[in-house]
Formats: sequence, structure tokens, C-alpha cells
Amino acid sequence: MTFWLSDHPIEGSREKERLAHPGAGAFVSFEGWVRNEHHGRAVIALDYDAYRPLAIKEGSRILIEAQTRFHLSGIFGIHRLGYLNIGECAVWIGASAAHRREAFAACMWVMDRIKETVPIWKKEYFADGSSHWVQGAG
Amino acid sequence: MGRWVDVEGGGEKSGIVKRVRLEYFAVLREQAGVSSEFVETDTATPAELFHELRNRHGFTLTSEALRVAINGDFCGLDNELCEGDEVVFIPPVAGG
Repeated sequence: MTFWLSDHPIEGSREKERLAHPGAGAFVSFEGWVRNEHHGRAVIALDYDAYRPLAIKEGSRILIEAQTRFHLSGIFGIHRLGYLNIGECAVWIGASAAHRREAFAACMWVMDRIKETVPIWKKEYFADGSSHWVQGAG
Repeated sequence: MGRWVDVEGGGEKSGIVKRVRLEYFAVLREQAGVSSEFVETDTATPAELFHELRNRHGFTLTSEALRVAINGDFCGLDNELCEGDEVVFIPPVAGG
């Protein structure tokens, strides 16, 4: 599988090694970090949950499609689950390709697709003590 | 095996009663108060099943807002529901 779920912190520098390829002149990675604000409200943490078997299946489907669509040498993604504090990495996507244009485009495309269809949800914890499940791509 | 259920009103038969397993996530889990449950239902499709569960658990989401997966794959809300199915109603996703 090219898309993993992790209950532990993501170490991007280690993950990128799997994407080295003699034909790849470009490597691009994206990291999604937990941010301290959403729709004007102060956020202190996010808690991610997933329907794991389908999240892995659908995430892998997206990455495999990206590999073909963008003529990549390699692609890999990890999504973190559980309680994350501000600044922690929630998702890591890496792509290698002959040239940079495809690698950049692939990371953007993959993130757009993940946010549309992969069964992962996040609960926002706000500074005022309240919390709520985010509904829909944000 | 399933069994037929007679419903009142002219002797019409409802669907076969099936035992299915539901797994809930996010707001549905919060509102159901459980992460999973077995239900016996004579509904024929996930859409009908959700209507039944919505009444039981007081879900605020409507079926229009949901996707559904049966046995680990996305499918339509009008798919046929079968004995032993594992059903997951999928609230609007928010990964990334």
C-alpha cells in the first residue's frame, strides 16, 4: 500500500528515502500541520479518526492514480490519527518525478482528492473548552 | 437465515429481516453513543436503514449528507442490504 495511517508522529525525512530513484530529478513533499485557528475560532488541538480499512484503500487508490496521471517515479503518503497539538504534522505526501512540475502538481492534486473522499474526520478542540467534528473539507 | 415479517394493513409482507453490523464515526458515533452495534432490520437499502437509525438515535445528519460503505467498499445508498453486511455511514469527510 502506498498510503498509510499512523498513530505516531510522522518523520518526513525518513519517509522520503523510499522515493529516491535514479530517474527522478525532483522530489516534492507536502506536510499538513495543525493550525491554531479555524473560521475565526482559536483551536488548541485536533483529534483525527478514520474508518481505517477504507481510508487505506481509498488513499492508496488516489496515490496510485496520481502516479499514473503525473508520470511519477514514486509517491507515498501517511495520515496521522489521534490527538494532535498545534504544529504537529497531520499528513505527509511525497512525490518524486523526472521534473519538478509533475512532482509539485501531484502533491496538490493528491491533497485535494484526499480531502474529498478519504474517510478521515477531525474533531476540533477550541480554546473556550468546546469541541466539534468538522463536517466537510475545510 | 432471514425471516419474513408481516406488517399490518392488508397483509402486505415487509422485507426479510437481516442482521447487520453498523460501525459509527465522528458525529454519528457521538449521537449514537456507541461505536458499533448489531441491528435486526427489515429495510432493503442503506437509505432505508439510515432512516430507521436516524429515528432511533436522533441523528441530525440527513442521508443526503452521507456516503455509505458496505463490507469495506463505497456503494450507493440504494444498494441491496444483505444478511451479515458491515455497514458504515460516512459523514462529510475532513481529512488532511
